[in-house]
Amino acid sequence: MLAYTLKRLAAGVITVWFIATATFIAMHQVPGDPLMNDKAVSAEIRKNLEAKYGLDKTKVEQYFIFLGNMAKGDFGISFTQQNRRVNDIIRDHFPVSATLGILAIFFAAVGGVMWGALTAIYRNRLPDIIIMFMVILGISVPSFVFAALGQLMLVNLNSLFGVSVLPVAGWGTIWHMLMPSLVLGLGTMALLTRLMRSSMLEVVNEDYIKTARAKGLSPTRIFFRHQLRNAILPVVTVLGPQIAAITTGGFVVELVFAIPGLGRYFVQAVQQLDYTVIMGTTVFYGAFLVLMVIMVDILYGFIDPRVRLQ
Amino acid sequence: MNNLPLTAADFEKATANISAEQISRPSLSYWQDAWIRLKKNTRALISLYIVIALALFTLVGPILWGVDPSLQDLNQVSQAPSLPKTAVLVGPYQRWEGVVIEDFPAEPDDYPDTVGDVQNIRTFGNPTTQAVRLVWDPLEGASAYNIYRNNSYPQDYNDLGLPLGSTFAGNEVSYEDRLSLESRDYYYSIVPTDGVDEYESYAILQVKPALTLTASEAMDRGLIDSADESMFGQEITLQFHPFGTDYLGRDMLARLMEGARVSLFIGIVAPFIYVIIGIIYGGFAGYFGGKLDQLLMRFADFVVALPFLLFMILFKIAFGIGPGESGIFPMLIALVLLLWPATARLVRGQVLQIREKGYIEAARLLGAKPHYLIIRHIIPNTMGVILVTLTFAVPAAIFTEAFLSFIGMGVAPPTPSWGSMCNEGVKTMLSHPHELIFPAVFISITVLAFNLLGDGLTEALDSRMRSRE
Repeated sequence: MLAYTLKRLAAGVITVWFIATATFIAMHQVPGDPLMNDKAVSAEIRKNLEAKYGLDKTKVEQYFIFLGNMAKGDFGISFTQQNRRVNDIIRDHFPVSATLGILAIFFAAVGGVMWGALTAIYRNRLPDIIIMFMVILGISVPSFVFAALGQLMLVNLNSLFGVSVLPVAGWGTIWHMLMPSLVLGLGTMALLTRLMRSSMLEVVNEDYIKTARAKGLSPTRIFFRHQLRNAILPVVTVLGPQIAAITTGGFVVELVFAIPGLGRYFVQAVQQLDYTVIMGTTVFYGAFLVLMVIMVDILYGFIDPRVRLQ
Repeated sequence: MNNLPLTAADFEKATANISAEQISRPSLSYWQDAWIRLKKNTRALISLYIVIALALFTLVGPILWGVDPSLQDLNQVSQAPSLPKTAVLVGPYQRWEGVVIEDFPAEPDDYPDTVGDVQNIRTFGNPTTQAVRLVWDPLEGASAYNIYRNNSYPQDYNDLGLPLGSTFAGNEVSYEDRLSLESRDYYYSIVPTDGVDEYESYAILQVKPALTLTASEAMDRGLIDSADESMFGQEITLQFHPFGTDYLGRDMLARLMEGARVSLFIGIVAPFIYVIIGIIYGGFAGYFGGKLDQLLMRFADFVVALPFLLFMILFKIAFGIGPGESGIFPMLIALVLLLWPATARLVRGQVLQIREKGYIEAARLLGAKPHYLIIRHIIPNTMGVILVTLTFAVPAAIFTEAFLSFIGMGVAPPTPSWGSMCNEGVKTMLSHPHELIFPAVFISITVLAFNLLGDGLTEALDSRMRSRE
């Protein structure tokens, strides 16, 4: 178990290193540098600035300095936001994105399992047909359309009751989080519902279900203890990649609902070629995603004893 | 013990019956069989028709409709879908002197605490979108009037709407409104003032200006050939916008057709290219296996882990596409370079399975060369899975294009794509929801059709399904 975790973590570190290197090379291939965005500075000031940020060294030297600092967990100072450390930017804005993402995943997982189980119970009857129709809608409508419609709905709801039922945009309280995270989770919820349904229908024909039924267990017990628990496994497997999808999709929802998440800084940094912020956010996101996938795999081992972790 | 009705004829020697051995049904190839099963699937078939209709919409639509998608029509800005509209032809705008009652004092002698409502508001001449001219009776005690305009009926004194302006004397009892008028109901309120503060009394007039077009504007847009004064007052039909217009008065239908070209081009070409790359890469890795396979697949895993958005933007900058320029080509390259590993992995898995099959072994024993094996046996047998991947890759690519254009990283205006149209529509979604809804519906229908078609193909191409029927 421990050996497996360590092995996965080592592979994860290599992946993050690869992402960092590829991003570093790609970033420096782009013509221009972050100092170009400033008003025309004299050659002397430019030289000083380059010395301050270490841009006067060769690319190879810069790369190794960056790797050394990264190993210490220091991403340096932002080029475009005066004297703001990249670590501070991440610390201030990542929790917002993470809260949004975790809530969205929570909605998606709970909703997906619940709806999926329901469709399996009511197979080919009206509830199944209605839910599966919604699922197809959920898969086919882009998240930004959901976000816009969700906001439109809030506006109408608020004006209908004459009071602010839920805030339309912004961040701060749990009420701000509800709509954006629900909207963000809808696509994933639809996917998970579909997966859960087929998984439930597959499990229902297994021998152990027949055995349980033959032994005279109550249908409720069979449903929860035997069918649901076994059917939930594939859902857990896709949860890892879905976390990645939700963190990238989160940016659009952050944009529509004016949420101060990390995504905005990331896109801004790329547009302004802010080297340190690009590297910091990319490496951070990469590490976060790798960690999530590893955690889901380990969790899978706990849920399914058949999976032998090597 | 039992008495079966047997006759002597039953004990005669039987002749060989050829017809029982005959294959009575026509022999079907794998693809014919799949096509028959796909045709039985109503949902998949409808989706196929929708896909064909979308292709026609994109390719033939602009020729049939023939409206320039970038033609701005500032007389019909943000129009909801409607039947063809008509406008009254008028001459150029003529100045209006207004109405001043000479024998009424400009300043009242004393300022009462309260005054009554303004009486007898009426329009002077016909209200048109060129100008709405209001006239009312002078009010005792007022030294000026404020004029407000609201789009809905004012509920109370605090709900009079947009302050348009004010007159400067108690006997100046007219106002001319020329502020971006549309052909819709307006509620004008006149509030008397004592020169500084308003009296809390108001009177309302409902006005619906007629849509007008000056002769020179009509000639500019080719609606009439020549204009002379005898034609003024005549009704002419404006350009028809069945799907309404956007915030610059551009025809939504024409833009949707134009946008479909971008969205479907990227949505179909990008997956097509990266699926081919994936087949070659995955086929190579799967067929040769061993260390090479390990190395190739590890590289594919790394590519998957790259941050998509960052590389997309970097490609865009690297191609020298600044903000405000449309970057269809870099977007295509980025999609291809970053999304191929999924197909490669899938094809590799398929090839690994097929490689061990008996018929491959047999062909190899008969002396087939590797390239013959790959082209003749392995690729045709992976085609089903590849086709399914392709149909699911199309909606994914359309989604990605829409997402990128929506956040302003993809196709930039004025080039329309469904995603960038949504981006523009979101800004005005409260007042003009159709500008968001149409492109969003088109994206959704396209993605839906490809998804259902993919589902249908999966079932049709899965030979295990055959035995279940």
